[in-house]
Amino acid sequence: MAKYILKKLLFMVPIIIGSTIIIFSILHLSPGSPVDMIAGPNITPEVYENIRRSLGLDKPLVTQYFIFFGKLLRGDLGTSILQQRPVLDIVLERLPITLKLGFLSLLFSFSIAIPAGIIAAVKRNTAADYLSMSFSLLGISMPTFWFGLILLYFFAYKLGWFPTSGYQTWRHFVLPVATVGLTDAAVTARMVRSSMLEVIRQDYIRTARAKGLRESIVIVKHAFKNALLPIITLFGMRIGWIFGGSAVMEIVYSIPGIGRLMVDAIYARDYPIVQGSMLILVICIMLGNLLADILYAWVDPRIKY
Amino acid sequence: MEEYREKTLVIDEQKKITFWQTFFRNKAAILAAIIIVIFLLCAIFAPLIAPFPYDEQNLPEMMQAPSANHIFGTDEFGRDIFSRVIYGTRISLQVGFFSVAISVIIGTILGALAGYYGGIVDQIISGFIDIVSSFPVSLLAIAVVASLGRSLVNLIIVISMISWAGYARIIRGQVLTLKEWDFVEAARALGASNLRIIFKHVLPNAIAPIIVMSTLEIPKAIIVESTLSFLGLGVPPPTPSWGSIMSAGRAYIMQAPWITMSPGLAMMAIVFAFNLFGDALRDTLDPRLNKQI
Repeated sequence: MAKYILKKLLFMVPIIIGSTIIIFSILHLSPGSPVDMIAGPNITPEVYENIRRSLGLDKPLVTQYFIFFGKLLRGDLGTSILQQRPVLDIVLERLPITLKLGFLSLLFSFSIAIPAGIIAAVKRNTAADYLSMSFSLLGISMPTFWFGLILLYFFAYKLGWFPTSGYQTWRHFVLPVATVGLTDAAVTARMVRSSMLEVIRQDYIRTARAKGLRESIVIVKHAFKNALLPIITLFGMRIGWIFGGSAVMEIVYSIPGIGRLMVDAIYARDYPIVQGSMLILVICIMLGNLLADILYAWVDPRIKY
Repeated sequence: MEEYREKTLVIDEQKKITFWQTFFRNKAAILAAIIIVIFLLCAIFAPLIAPFPYDEQNLPEMMQAPSANHIFGTDEFGRDIFSRVIYGTRISLQVGFFSVAISVIIGTILGALAGYYGGIVDQIISGFIDIVSSFPVSLLAIAVVASLGRSLVNLIIVISMISWAGYARIIRGQVLTLKEWDFVEAARALGASNLRIIFKHVLPNAIAPIIVMSTLEIPKAIIVESTLSFLGLGVPPPTPSWGSIMSAGRAYIMQAPWITMSPGLAMMAIVFAFNLFGDALRDTLDPRLNKQI
């Protein structure tokens, strides 16, 4: 097992390096420069050059990248241009909020989607199936931020049950988690339903029924256990989506997480912050995928690692 | 020979008929097709349908609730929301169609190359697919649009950049299995070039899942576009897009919720229709796929 995990971890390295190159080129090839943000419009060319040099932006792109990468190897993500503090500190301050939002949403989503998907599959072509799949189709058809705004309007403004912004108490998390969780559950429930349908048609399910097992045992012990594998893969795939969705929610609900940090930094052209937070998010997503892989190998005895 | 050709022709005809018959036996598919056609007409004939010009300001009538005159109400400048939503259809549909077309082309070519040649080509392309799939999509899109600048073309480029990987993955898988088949072997034995084999023999057989996926990707592209517009990274004003109308309405959600609601409902209708249509298409084209996704 340790070897398997190590192999997977090693496989992450080229992908992480690749993504740093992509992020770096997107940011640095774009018109506009962080110097404009610091200096403002009325500035002499000499001062402009000085600031540029002090930020290291005058060097060739490739050199800049290797400087960035060299620091990265020593665990240094650079210094924020606007805040003048180490990027790593800033990102790590904000990360727990986003992780909390993301994991609560994922938990909420799966605790709705798994039962709903199973019921829809087991009671195929009944009212329960149509109802849950209609809700699911409805959920897929909404942009997350719009659903967030609707919940905000009804539950925060009209009914006043929850605060409209902030992150201090659990009440602040209810609406954002509900928004991301429910829209994600819409996608997940459909997939759980199809993987259950796939399993239910198998011969061993017929055997289990034929030998007189109670239907609930057939479903839970025989069918669900086998449908679990694609669901675990799904869990890995959805992590990226959940973090992206949470980042947008941080803007709708004014939560100071990493998504908000990044969007603000993009507008301010604070390159080190954007690079750092994007990198940390990519690593989180890949660790999530790794977790899914490990779970998969652990649950499925047929997989040799 | 002549007889044989006739026979295949008959089979082809029959195939076509059963395809459309099966497809339109599905009531949801008919409904979806009607909704899509209505939105297409709205986009094409927007100036004829919209009761007001989309940028006509009328400050005395600002933030009015929906009424007979302004059926979706008015915004903070007194502009007619219904007209703006109608014009917004153009942006959403253009982004949906063009970004899907571009990502299908890129994804198909790269996926086919990876699957057909294997080896180092496959490793490089698959590496790219992995990188793109592990990015938080909306955040990458934000970063790219913020640096490229706001325009319709840039939106389409960004959305294509992040969605080609899905097609590439499917095509790669299809090509991997297809290239082992006897008819590919036969084509090779007859001296067909690699490119001819890929385009004439392998890809036509992999087309069904791509059509289905494209139909289901159009609504996703529409949603990503609206998210970007919501974050202020969409088509620059005063051109209305659904996302930018919702974004502007966010500040007035207490006083004038209809500004945010109307474009969202329009979007739900079209996205819902595309999803239904795609599902029906999948059931008809490949009943086996139905169980997988």
